[in-house]
Amino acid sequence: MGNNLSFAGGIHPPHSKYCTEGKKVELCRVPDIVRIPLQQHMGAPCEALVKPGDKVKLGQKIGRPKGFVSAPVHSSVSGIVQSIEAADQPNGTRGLAVVIRNDGEDTPEESMRPGKLEQLSAEELKDIVMESGIVGMGGAAFPTHVKLSPPPEKTIDTVILNGAECEPFLTCDTRLMLENPEDILYGLKVIMKILGVSNAYIGIEDNKPEAVRTMSSAAEKETGVQVVGLRTKYPQGAEKQLIYAITGRQVPSGGLPMDIGAVVNNVGTAAAIAHAVRTGEPLIQRIVTVSGGAVSEPKNLLVRIGTSFRDVIDFCGGWEEEPAKIISGGPMMGIAQHTLDVPVTKGTSGILLFTEKEAAMPEASNCIRCGRCVSVCPIHLMPLFLSAQSLKGNYEEADKLHALDCIECGSCSFICPAARPLLQSICVAKKEILAARKRNA
Amino acid sequence: MNLFTVSSSPHIRSKESTSRIMLDVVIALIPAGIASVYFYGVGVLWIMLVSIGSAVLTEYLLQKFMKKPVTIDDFSAVVTGLLLAYNLPSGAPWWLAVIGSVVAIALVKHVFGGLGHNFMNPALAARAILLAAWPVRMTSWVLPGADAATSATTSATPLAILKGTEAVGAQLPSFMDVFLGNIGGTIGEVSSIALLIGAAYLLARKVIGWRIPLTYIATTFVLTALLGEDGLYGAFYQIFLGGLILGAFYMATDYSTSPVTPKGQIIMGIGCGVLTAIIRIYGGYPEGVSYSILLMNVVTPLIDKYTMPKRFGEVKAHVRNR
Repeated sequence: MGNNLSFAGGIHPPHSKYCTEGKKVELCRVPDIVRIPLQQHMGAPCEALVKPGDKVKLGQKIGRPKGFVSAPVHSSVSGIVQSIEAADQPNGTRGLAVVIRNDGEDTPEESMRPGKLEQLSAEELKDIVMESGIVGMGGAAFPTHVKLSPPPEKTIDTVILNGAECEPFLTCDTRLMLENPEDILYGLKVIMKILGVSNAYIGIEDNKPEAVRTMSSAAEKETGVQVVGLRTKYPQGAEKQLIYAITGRQVPSGGLPMDIGAVVNNVGTAAAIAHAVRTGEPLIQRIVTVSGGAVSEPKNLLVRIGTSFRDVIDFCGGWEEEPAKIISGGPMMGIAQHTLDVPVTKGTSGILLFTEKEAAMPEASNCIRCGRCVSVCPIHLMPLFLSAQSLKGNYEEADKLHALDCIECGSCSFICPAARPLLQSICVAKKEILAARKRNA
Repeated sequence: MNLFTVSSSPHIRSKESTSRIMLDVVIALIPAGIASVYFYGVGVLWIMLVSIGSAVLTEYLLQKFMKKPVTIDDFSAVVTGLLLAYNLPSGAPWWLAVIGSVVAIALVKHVFGGLGHNFMNPALAARAILLAAWPVRMTSWVLPGADAATSATTSATPLAILKGTEAVGAQLPSFMDVFLGNIGGTIGEVSSIALLIGAAYLLARKVIGWRIPLTYIATTFVLTALLGEDGLYGAFYQIFLGGLILGAFYMATDYSTSPVTPKGQIIMGIGCGVLTAIIRIYGGYPEGVSYSILLMNVVTPLIDKYTMPKRFGEVKAHVRNR
């Protein structure tokens, strides 16, 4: 195991991290109103536990999870519930959110108790992870306690922390690794205890040498934890590619990392777990990178869940030039927003304000069959053929070409010299294929 | 009220573009053009310009007529026009270039759907058509230094001399002459050194890969050495004849008509090499490059189908995706 690990394929977009990689995380001003969506995770939305007029405390559970694949939602401020209404969310959906008027006191919920990893059993630790509403902070927001509950027939022997942060512009994980490596390691130890695993890796891209240093020093004090350097490439932080680069194992098509004995968590998730165990405080805030050419003061901010994008951007001095595009997340897989009145959720890693120039897209032209998309696809698919079939409506053919294996990283669309809508058409095909399977099932 | 653009991810693109790629090919072909003018006189420059002009004009008029967006600014017609000129003998009349360009652009390219949809290399297919229709004019070679306009003497290309089909007993040019381009041949194929300089540029700019040219030339060399009558040195000498360098680096590598998969590209290179060697050694023609490439062009979709790369996480038995 050494440095410069990688996978076949991938692209090298400009990092664009210079604006914020050197900026310490600041506390974002806590707003007067927070809108906390009842679904900030993969799985069923929560049921509201409060109603308009209720007083709530900081860290109080306001949403009860439905079903196993779900996670509770907590208030990120103390105050009064104003309403429970449908609100736009950064993932493009509209769902119920609890609107709370902040009383500015930050009165904490009494049931939050600090704990110690050494004194808690694996089951108790997992319960804390669940009760604290921890979900994957890398963006997918999968309920973490579910990920840490593999079925007994899947033996896990490796835990990997994802410190790759391969998306351009984003530096939230970088700053976390530089400023708080202790929490990350603590959270990793919790994960290892829950899973009963003694072997862990922390993968960090080599464009973050300082983070490799801070994390390596922190990891030296622990047994069984190794920091590994990864060649900077997109999408090195994609779960399957990360596992392959570090262990050489390939997650089988249609399978999950647990099928090959691995569990992957974002470094932010690990830090959130540590915070929850140590202080008893559930997941109510996260680091967000605010960047892009249009924002006045790019920053890394610690933001309370439910703060609107508008409030976060105001805290960064607003914009000098009117942005043409607002992106939640990174530029490769992030979602363009139509309004600033969306809340920061557990999975919001970045808010990017693109200028007219940055947002400009070339016009699509004929596919010249150059094959660049084939050479960059990390799953070794053939995007040009997948896209051609999708655009013709031949979704069965797209299925035969394994459209469902696509991880939607966008490398193909990025590299295409003819600026063809490769990823977009492949995503359409995936949805159609899944819908057809449901109909035929 | 702010208006934001909402579009599908990814929200950034690389700087590459079709027109930049085509421009790179044109740039790479310039050294060979300069060498050609040096050896054959300024008449060939006129042929090149006429050819490019006809190609671009044909594309413009055709797209206007078909009420499609005009795409001459992607420079693909320029490339086709230039490559067609490079495939004409140095003594060709200008109207041969015009007809060739029109055929290449209108018939081989746009009738089948335009850029990316042609199933044969347009310049080579047009050349084959011209060769069939005007066999004498298409094989009227002029040696460097002679006045292209007045020379009525047809001379032979070195391959023709080797094969014994023309100019029997004539002196073979020296290797240095062959390498520099001081020989008879088509406008673009003669100067190996100029072509190799351009090829190096294309490789450095990542416009072409090494797989097709390397396997093509290597296969031709090996088979010529094994099966031909001129031994190892002869086989090496012949690499630089008959448009092999031009074909391997500039024509066989045309994106639309070559496989997109790495394995497929190697198969194409080997296939072209086998065909070129066989045509040169056993066939009736002294040169085999054009036909080899055209034949491999038509097999390319089949090659792509059977050389799909191994997927990440590919499972042998059928596993239903969740």
